[in-house]
Amino acid sequence: MADAHAHAPGLAHHFESYEQQKESAFLGMWIFLAQEIMFFSGLFTCYLVYRVLYPHAFLVGSRELDWRIGAANTVVLLLSSFTMVVAVLGAKQGRRKMIVLGLLGTLLFGGIFLGVKVFEYGSKWEHHLVPGPYFEWHGDPSVGREVELFFSLYFGMTGMHALHMVIGMGIMLVMLPLAWRGKWTPQNHNFVEGFGLYWHFVDIVWIFLFPFLYLIGLSGGSSH
Amino acid sequence: MQATASAATPEAVRPPRHHYLNVDYGLRSWLLTTDHKRIGILYLLSITFFFAVGGIYATLIRLELLTPQGDLVSSDTYNRLFTMHGVMMIFFFLVPSIPAVLGNFLIPLMIGAKDVAFPKLNLASWYMYMIGAGLTMYSLLHGGVDTGWTFYTPFSSSYSNSFVAATALGIFVNGFSSIFTGLNFLVTIHRMRAPGMTWFRLPLFIWSHYATSLIMVLGTPVLAITLVLLFLERVFQIGFFDPALGGDPVLFQHFFWFYSHPAVYIMILPSLGVISEIVAAFARKPIFGYKFVALASMGIAILGFLVWGHHLFLSSQSAYAALVFSVLTMLIAVPSAIKVFNWMATLYRGSIEYSTPMFYALGFIGLFTIGGLTGLMLGTLGIDVHVHDTYFVVAHFHYIMVGGALMGYLGGLHYWWPKITGRLYSGFWSHLSALLVFLGFNLTFFPQFILGYLGMPRRYHVYPPEFQVLHVLSTAGASILAVGYLLPMVYFIWSLKYGDYAGRNPWGAVGLEWQATSPPALHNFEEIPVVDFEPYQYKGAPVAQRLPYRIAKYGA
Ligand SMILES: [Cu+2]
Repeated sequence: MADAHAHAPGLAHHFESYEQQKESAFLGMWIFLAQEIMFFSGLFTCYLVYRVLYPHAFLVGSRELDWRIGAANTVVLLLSSFTMVVAVLGAKQGRRKMIVLGLLGTLLFGGIFLGVKVFEYGSKWEHHLVPGPYFEWHGDPSVGREVELFFSLYFGMTGMHALHMVIGMGIMLVMLPLAWRGKWTPQNHNFVEGFGLYWHFVDIVWIFLFPFLYLIGLSGGSSH
Repeated sequence: MQATASAATPEAVRPPRHHYLNVDYGLRSWLLTTDHKRIGILYLLSITFFFAVGGIYATLIRLELLTPQGDLVSSDTYNRLFTMHGVMMIFFFLVPSIPAVLGNFLIPLMIGAKDVAFPKLNLASWYMYMIGAGLTMYSLLHGGVDTGWTFYTPFSSSYSNSFVAATALGIFVNGFSSIFTGLNFLVTIHRMRAPGMTWFRLPLFIWSHYATSLIMVLGTPVLAITLVLLFLERVFQIGFFDPALGGDPVLFQHFFWFYSHPAVYIMILPSLGVISEIVAAFARKPIFGYKFVALASMGIAILGFLVWGHHLFLSSQSAYAALVFSVLTMLIAVPSAIKVFNWMATLYRGSIEYSTPMFYALGFIGLFTIGGLTGLMLGTLGIDVHVHDTYFVVAHFHYIMVGGALMGYLGGLHYWWPKITGRLYSGFWSHLSALLVFLGFNLTFFPQFILGYLGMPRRYHVYPPEFQVLHVLSTAGASILAVGYLLPMVYFIWSLKYGDYAGRNPWGAVGLEWQATSPPALHNFEEIPVVDFEPYQYKGAPVAQRLPYRIAKYGA
């Protein structure tokens, strides 16, 4: 029994079958994502508490963001999810060029997203909207300090999201040569599929961030 | 079942020719190992070191408190002493203790697997621990932190003149070691069980680790993000909790305790599992109400997430919230009490063998009960307002953390030491150390209940002279306790060279881990076992071997 699969390619020594290895990998990935949800939930709770406390300041702060840029970036990110699906499909069918192309596409769209983000951060810096000692508020003075709190959350949340993308793109750079050399086969491509789950998760976080940060300012005014 | 190891000749109990310890001796083979058993040993060595560091701080605290004046250290230094004591003991000793050492070593053995599901992640967890500990040591060597282990804002973010950022980063990184360990255990327990090892055949040690892992995976990330926010606020002045921006410092307390109350169960649940194993093995009886004990662990894990507000009774929390948290805190005593009563019922009419692990287990049951009952007192709103932030609280959580978690860890270490090393230790010295720990512990911490009830606040080093007698008693107890902790370090190391061979199953216990050789082979079992028996079937099991009681040999 022990020797029967000793030379099975891609099967780690401590697993009895590909089936067991695959189930372990996916369960592990889902648990990791549960952990990620708890991590981001800290930020979302923070957002919730302060938005309930200062609804007007959050609308004012949101209007300082350009929702068109946010929307364009949302589309870019969804495209990157599509190319990720292409890579996973390639892995399932054992087509290494498809994996490589999918990953390259994901890297490209991810790169565009981050580039736009850097541009946005830069313009916030110029307008003194980065929280901290350089923050200056020239709008309605009665909400200035709460607007700064909004921007703390804007940078905290989008920054944490961007950090997850940077980590994901670093992993993809490692995956590219491996994919090219044909490491992943139809029997064993758990890593690609698991990574796909991670990338989609990061996308979904943005799907929540976009309305919470960019779109709330579009509503008329506030009763407060 | 295995042959009767106790009656066997020394030849028969010799360790196997090849086992996980002698496959390779090089430093590389340790630092790059993915063997769950070796990773357990790496953790054992490192947490012992940080336990000693935390112990040095405790020693200095107790010495300072000998006199009512602040004559040994300044107030500022004293703040750093109790903070670093808490940080070291909680994050770098108690949280990893049983899961990372005994859990790592035993979970695959107990469920009949070759390793944990993700061996490389397991090694990464140790490196995360070491990096986190390194960052914390860096801050410690530069003077440490003075905020208390709770890092309450805005003191920690805006005012404290100490190394908050480095320590927060250290604990953040260390959190990943916890998350990786928990994730690994969950997947291992789900997917790596041997054929026939159904959920209700799992040892209770596994159940308690399953519950612990859930908390590790779902609670630790909340601490992680809290520390990130604290770090950003302190280093880049990006306010999240800053009242100057309309931020709410109490929100930080909610976040912190959302992790740190469940963290209490990260520390105590594994001990509850250890005690179940020991009680069954030395009462020679199946655990009474196995399913209740197993599910009580899950109940504790779930309820543990719903009681954090009892740390905010005096932090401007609404009276209704306080009431709800108080009731929920009472509720969590139910699963804990189920465990204690079931151990009692297991002991009842058992044929009890007073071996060293059993000494620790019995001590645990008593101390855990006192710690738990005083926890109920603290969960009661009226009493908590009176004793809030006094030594009553200090005594209560030391009964749980030291009397409970640490006694469980030591009991487990004594119970599985023969499996880990293949050697037996001295019966005399180990009995003596268990006794010293029990007596020293009570002498240290029982007076603190009285001190607190009389009004001695925690975190002060200058106090009214009438409290001195109780403080001197406490310090005297602490020195006895210290001897009790040092002894095992001596006789455990001694046993590695001079101890008798243990054989596969010195206690005549029935878990799968006792079917492996001592020390176990690299891949644990000759072949993957098939489980066709219920847990804790002690009827007809071989008798437990007595520990060697030759004082002369060990003294010479
Ligand atoms: Cu609590």
